Amino acid sequence: MNKMTIKVKTDKLKLWYGDKQALNGVSLDIYENKITAFIGPSGCGKSTYLRCLNRMNDLIDNVTIKGKVTLDGHDIYANGVDEVAVRKKVGMVFQQPNPFPKSIYDNIAYAPLMHDMVKKGKECDALVERALRDAGLWEEVKDKLSESGTALSGGQQQRLCIARTIAIEPDVILMDEPTSALDPISTQNIENLMTKLKEKYTIIVVTHNMQQAARIADMTAFFHLGNLIEYNETEKIFVNPKEEKTEQYITGKFG
Amino acid sequence: MDNYFHIPQLARRKAKAKRFKYITMMALMASVAFLLFFLSDMIIKGHGAFTQTYVKVPVHINEKTAKFTHLSIERKEYGFMVSRAWLRGLKKTLKENPQWMNTNQERWTLANSNVDQFIKGKYNRLKPKQIQKIKQMQKDGKIERRFNIIFFKKGDSKIPEFSGFMASIMGTVMTMIITMLIAVPLGVMTAVYLEEFAKDNKFTQIIEVNINNLAAIPSILFGLLGLAVFINFFGVPRSSPLVGGMTLALMSLPVIIVSSKAALKSVPDSIRQAGFALGLTKWQIVRDHVLPLAMPGMLTGAIIALAQAMGETAPLIMVGMIAFIPDISGSFLDATTVMPAQIFTWSGMPERAYVERTAAGILVLLGILLSLNAVAIYLRKKYTRTW
Ligand SMILES: Nc1ncnc2c1ncn2[C@@H]1O[C@H](COP(=O)(O)OP(=O)(O)OP(=O)(O)O)[C@@H](O)[C@H]1O
Ligand SMILES: [Mg+2]
Repeated sequence: MNKMTIKVKTDKLKLWYGDKQALNGVSLDIYENKITAFIGPSGCGKSTYLRCLNRMNDLIDNVTIKGKVTLDGHDIYANGVDEVAVRKKVGMVFQQPNPFPKSIYDNIAYAPLMHDMVKKGKECDALVERALRDAGLWEEVKDKLSESGTALSGGQQQRLCIARTIAIEPDVILMDEPTSALDPISTQNIENLMTKLKEKYTIIVVTHNMQQAARIADMTAFFHLGNLIEYNETEKIFVNPKEEKTEQYITGKFG
Repeated sequence: MDNYFHIPQLARRKAKAKRFKYITMMALMASVAFLLFFLSDMIIKGHGAFTQTYVKVPVHINEKTAKFTHLSIERKEYGFMVSRAWLRGLKKTLKENPQWMNTNQERWTLANSNVDQFIKGKYNRLKPKQIQKIKQMQKDGKIERRFNIIFFKKGDSKIPEFSGFMASIMGTVMTMIITMLIAVPLGVMTAVYLEEFAKDNKFTQIIEVNINNLAAIPSILFGLLGLAVFINFFGVPRSSPLVGGMTLALMSLPVIIVSSKAALKSVPDSIRQAGFALGLTKWQIVRDHVLPLAMPGMLTGAIIALAQAMGETAPLIMVGMIAFIPDISGSFLDATTVMPAQIFTWSGMPERAYVERTAAGILVLLGILLSLNAVAIYLRKKYTRTW
């Protein structure tokens, strides 16, 4: 692979929930315009790690974080950095689709308006259309933009959430098991969408679906018990893993 | 019989279930019976107060009787049946109807409460001769029952047929306006802070426990607090809607806080997560996404708290709102009374005519409370969204 720019970098990242340690020093470089997949057995800390990258863990009481996370070389936990500003640059899509109980239009327009990215009216309409087109949802909803976002199907809702995220034009999109609540066809839609979106964004995705990681990810990281066990190009991880644990996991011997 | 499905003792278990069902049904019937009994008792006692008797008697008006209005009626013949209140009001009536001057005509006058009670078939203190006379007048069509406009227009009076409920209705409305203006914003804000902003630590836990306990404090203690703080310390006028409203606001606060907190808690956390992930601030998320979803629950809680406060008497006794108020008060600083206090006052009056007014007052109060609850249910139904 040529011209790999490091987008996000963590250095010996450790995290405690109260006095229970969930991450034991994870050092990892995530490359720009690539899809990076995190795999690993349940409870190994994938979501925890992901939430460190946009400071969502700040919302949980009693969390201690040590180590360093940088975005484009800038420490996101440095003094004086506002977590709200970090989340504007690092968006997130959740496992359960969670559109606001508002119209499809408002779901997308709300955050850009709050960030003063666009003005109400034509400019905002254009942004909504662009976001919905990018998320591959425009054709399906263009006639019912004023209907509730919660009235869509699960897969449509998830694409609406993705559209909502790209509407604020982040650099990085975090996705925590974005397809685990969806049927195979919706899953395929979202996978295609992700492959398309990586031209513009850096995508990090947590998944329990090994085939999914193999299909879409450029890089794959394997986590186990709060440790990063192996991190490499996806092909190498699946065809020729270096660690015994990784091999056991991807061949389904545990997890 | 097919023994394949046989379970030993099944019959006994079923009998037990049946017995339990009947016991619960009996409990239900008992409470419904109590309720019906209370309601029908109030209606039977109170419906009379919604009409008032008028009698047609000769009224002599000239220079002298215009000054001494009690002389305008022949005392021996008709004195017992005309209300003192009507005679007192005659001067004012004359000003409005100057053409009455120097006439001797039969006119409709407000009847004395004894006559009124007799007409309604209730206990009265008329003598046999007076009863004869009334019966004769009834035959001549000189006695009428009309809708009791006085009850819905006037304040309290020592003359039973002239006493009305309106002063206390207005008093309640004004008191409730103050209560609402204070308790709702304060309660909702407190709930928002505790639920959305405060960190979960010892300090906030202690506050929450105390708020829950406050909801269970005997209401008269809030009256004592209101007396000590608002009247004695801040010098708010006694008996005024302002002090009553403030005292009731203290009492409603915990209820509003608890129900608002519950409403906020019921908003799924995924909504907040979605907002945070979009780089929104807490205030934006709470204002535009959480509060709209919590609104129906908060509204219901607030209305129920206000309805509760509306029926409250004990704390208001402490701040002097159980007063004799003949006039409808015009400001939030004037002395006034409230519906339950008026009911309480009437229930202690010796004249029989107040009995039906007491019951009628209860009916009006109940009617208002029930409509408030209906509004609460309607709002909850209308604004509850699914997601
Ligand atoms: N809010 C929290 N408070 C306390 N402990 C937590 C919290 N969230 C996660 N943990 C613990 O941290 C560890 C890692 O959890 P995490 O959710 O990151 O796992 P995961 O790899 O995402 O698992 P899964 O695949 O099931 O989603 C687990 O042991 C979990 O119990
Ligand atoms: Mg997870």
